[in-house]
Amino acid sequence: MAVTVSVPTILRTHTGGEKSVKASGATIEEVIEDLETRHSGIKGRLVKDGSLHRFINVYVNDEDVRFAGGLAAAVHDGDNVTILPAVAGGSGAREWWTVS
Amino acid sequence: MLTIRRDLVDAMVAHARRDHPDEACGVLAGPAGLDRPERLIEMANAERSPTFYRFDSGEQLRVWRAMDAEDEEPVVIYHSHTATEAYPSRTDISYASQPDAHYVLVSTRDPDTHELRAYRIIDGEVTEEPVEVVESYMFSHTGADDVPDVP
Repeated sequence: MAVTVSVPTILRTHTGGEKSVKASGATIEEVIEDLETRHSGIKGRLVKDGSLHRFINVYVNDEDVRFAGGLAAAVHDGDNVTILPAVAGGSGAREWWTVS
Repeated sequence: MLTIRRDLVDAMVAHARRDHPDEACGVLAGPAGLDRPERLIEMANAERSPTFYRFDSGEQLRVWRAMDAEDEEPVVIYHSHTATEAYPSRTDISYASQPDAHYVLVSTRDPDTHELRAYRIIDGEVTEEPVEVVESYMFSHTGADDVPDVP
């Protein structure tokens, strides 16, 4: 299945600056493996301990793959795969009343 | 240096005050490559927490796509700390993955006075930068010395 992958700024070091690259595969996992063959190092930024890195959002068309099977999410010919770094954070300050 | 229009500063602070004690979060979008925030996009805090924030992933995709369609980029990513100082936490630093953006922290720990500070967070390194609040971008110098000021 041939797909187009949108790559965020922080991962473009692996794609020679390109923000859109082609890939193929039947699942997100296969697409990532395929990307890795041409853009070495990208897999390590996306996958950790056998699943998608929690700091990264991957979408097939409009759907976050977390709700479609994660790495096993299916992709079809012509799909758009979008990678965005998750935006999160916070003071993380331990509230005084919590029990540790 | 973050040069930012006063109405955008006021809007970020108002958002933080409104969501207090939960952390507020959002984006200031601006034309790609100009480093000039133009419009504020409040984002829902999917964590709805006084100590954590997270952009809902679906909303983030819609907002990022909309910016892309307008040839915009996220110039500022802002969020509030509701009981601590306006300085990036270890969590903030570990998640920061927009190297071209200014990270703005607003602290609402004091009910009368807010703190607003800006940082670059690149490869895990935090560098505070001065914030220049302007009434309009008309005469403010936002580029290099050999670049004409923004009209």
